Amino acid sequence: MIWKIVKQIAKNGIRSEPAPAFSDGVRAEVGRIQDDVLAILGQALTIRMVDAGSCNGCELEISALGNPYYNIEGLGIKFVASPRHADMLLVTGPVSRNMATALRRTFEAIPEPKLVVAVGDCGCDGGIFGENYASCGPVSSVIPVDVWVPGCPPAPIEILRGILTAVRRCRSVPTDPVY
Amino acid sequence: MEIFGLNLTLQRLVAPVPVWRARVTAADWVPAAVAVREAGGRLLALWGGAHAAEATVCVAYVLADGLLWLELPLPSGQSSYPDLAPVFPAASRMQRAAADLSGIFAEGARDQRPWLNHGAWPTGYFPLRHTSEASQTFPDALLLDYAFVRVEGDGVHEIAVGPVHAGVIEPGHFRFSVVGEKVLRLEQRLGYTHKGIEQRMTQLPPLQAARLAGRVSGDSTVAYAWAYCMALETAASCDLAPRAAWLRALMLERERVANHLGDLGALGNDAAFAFGLAQFSRLREDWLRLAKEAFGHRLMMDCVVPGGVARDLALTHLTQLSQQCDAIEREVQTLRSIYEDHAGLQDRFMSTGRVSPALAAQLGLTGLAGRASGQAHDLRCDHPGVPYDSLQVKLASQRNGDVAARVAVRFDEVFESLRLIRQILAELPAGPVSQPLCLPEQASRGVGWVEGWRGEVLVVLELDEAARQHRIRRCHFHDPSWQNWPVLEHAIMGNIVPDFPLINKSFNLSYAGQDL
Repeated sequence: MIWKIVKQIAKNGIRSEPAPAFSDGVRAEVGRIQDDVLAILGQALTIRMVDAGSCNGCELEISALGNPYYNIEGLGIKFVASPRHADMLLVTGPVSRNMATALRRTFEAIPEPKLVVAVGDCGCDGGIFGENYASCGPVSSVIPVDVWVPGCPPAPIEILRGILTAVRRCRSVPTDPVY
Repeated sequence: MEIFGLNLTLQRLVAPVPVWRARVTAADWVPAAVAVREAGGRLLALWGGAHAAEATVCVAYVLADGLLWLELPLPSGQSSYPDLAPVFPAASRMQRAAADLSGIFAEGARDQRPWLNHGAWPTGYFPLRHTSEASQTFPDALLLDYAFVRVEGDGVHEIAVGPVHAGVIEPGHFRFSVVGEKVLRLEQRLGYTHKGIEQRMTQLPPLQAARLAGRVSGDSTVAYAWAYCMALETAASCDLAPRAAWLRALMLERERVANHLGDLGALGNDAAFAFGLAQFSRLREDWLRLAKEAFGHRLMMDCVVPGGVARDLALTHLTQLSQQCDAIEREVQTLRSIYEDHAGLQDRFMSTGRVSPALAAQLGLTGLAGRASGQAHDLRCDHPGVPYDSLQVKLASQRNGDVAARVAVRFDEVFESLRLIRQILAELPAGPVSQPLCLPEQASRGVGWVEGWRGEVLVVLELDEAARQHRIRRCHFHDPSWQNWPVLEHAIMGNIVPDFPLINKSFNLSYAGQDL
C-alpha cells in the first residue's frame, strides 16, 4: 500500500518546479510571485475567504491555488477558518442582501490592520447580476475594498497577483523586489 | 404519452428531448401527481409560471416516455393551489421558493416558512410578479430570524454552522442537533446566495441571457448554458448543426471529469488523506489548462452559445485532448487502486452517510448521488439526444448509498466520460459549429434538459412575441441540488459530526444553483 503511494509521489515529483510545455510563462510568474511574497512579508499571510453570493466559479479558481502547481501554502499563504486569525478578507460574488450582514460581521471580526480583496467581475462591479431586490452589487457597496481582481472567473494566477498587490500596497517595501 | 385515468390534452414540444405540455385544473393537480407516482415517475421541478393576466403554478415530471410539463392557472384573485408535498416530498422547498418569488402558496402545506426571502425584501413584494419595475431595491430591510425545529431531550445540544463556512465554500447555514458526537438531526437553511437571477433574466435580451444562464452554478456552466440554449433553440424551432451538438457533448463530458477529479481529491482530503488532494488537484489543473487552450476558458464559460458553440476546435487540439484522456486515465486507475486498497480511507468511506435505495426513491434523490443509491436514471441513457444516441453511454450504478458508493460512481463516470470524449473526438462530424437563430413572430416556449455532472438541469423558457422584442417572460432554472439537499439531512442522521464534511463533499451540492 504505502509502496504504491510512494511510487506515485516519486513518479510525479515536485510539480511546483517543472512546467507543462504550454504554460512556461505562468510557471515563471509563480516563481516571481513566490519571491515577492517572501520579500514583502518575510512570513505568513492568513486569508479568510467569504463567498457573498457568487456562482461558485470564483471558488473553484481560489481552491485551485492550493494545487501543487500554484502551491499557495508553500508561499506562506494560508486560508483560515476564523476571521479573527486572518490578515486578509477575500470576497467573491455580488453581495446578496441575504449575505450582506454576514459579510459585514466577518469584516468587523478581522483584527486591524486588515486588507480586503474583491475577486471576480461580480465582486468588482456587480457583474452580470447587477443590483436588484436581492443583490447589493459590488463588494465595495458593503465593506471597503483595497484591491479588485476582475475576471469571470479570474485565473488562479490573477488572484494570486491581486493578493500580492494588496499586501504590497499595505506594507512598506524594504527593497524593490528583484524581477 | 398518456397519464392513466386522466383526460389531458397533451401537446408535444418539438425539442431534442421528449417533452409534453398540458394545462390542468385544480381538481386534476393532485390526481395527476398520484398517477405519475404510480406510473413510477418522479418530480423534476415546480415553479411559479408567468402570465400577465393570471398567476400559474407549473410542475415538471419525468416519466418513462419523457418529460411532462403541467401548468395550473389560478383563478384571478386566488393565490393558492393544492399541496404536492404529501405525494412528492421534494416539492416542499420548491413550493416555499415559489411562494417567496411568485406569491403563490401551497394550500395546507405543513411547512410554510419563507425559503429564499430571509427578510431582505418585503413579504408583499413578489420579484417575479414585479418584473416590469426593474431593479427595485429595499436597502432598509432587516433580516429575520428563522424558526428552526428544536430537538429536545437529555444531553441534546445544537451546533450552528454558517453561513460563512470554514473554508473556500459557498454560504449556507447548518443547524445540527447532537448528543455527544452523534448527529440526531440536521436542518439546513439555504438561500444566502439568492441574487434574483430569474428576475434578472426577464430584463435581458434572450440571446445575451445565455451568459447569465451559464452563471447559475459556475461548476455546471456547460450544462446550464446548453440547457438554456436548448430551450431557446426549441422556442426558435432551430435545428442544431451536428458538429455543434457533438462539441457541446465534448464540453459537457469534460466538465463532468473536471468536477469528479476535484471532488475525488477533496474526498480523500476530508478523510485526512492529503495525498489524494495533491494528486487529483494536479490532474484537474492539467485538465483546466488544456480547456483554456482548446476552448478559450478554463471552465468553458460562454463556450456554448445560442445556435451552436463559440468556436471550433483546432486540429492540434483534437490530438491533445485525446492524448490527455489516455494520460488521465492511467493516473486515475493508479489512484483508484490506492484509494481502494487504503484501509484507513475505506474505513471512513464505507457505511458513512448511507441513503438506502428505498429512501432515495421516496425523496427523489437524483443525479450521481441517486445512481449511488440504486436510482438508475441518467438522461444520457434514458432519453439520449444527439450525439448521445450514437454513443451508448454506460450508466454507473451502485446500491449501497454510502460515501464509498458515491466515490465508486464518480470513478466509473470518469472512465466512462474519458471513453466518450475519445469517441466524440474520433467521430466528430464535419460542418458548421453555429447558425443564426430566428425567433418566431408569435410568443413561444422551450425546454432544455441536460444531464450535468451533478444531475439533471432543467431550463424552462417562455418568450414574448416579436412585437414585444421577444422579451423573456419567464425563465426557470432547476438544479438537481433541490432534490438532493433535503436527502443530505437524512444521510447525516446517526453519523458523527466529523463525518459531515465527508458526507457533504460526497454529494457536493450547489448552493448557487438552488438559491438562484
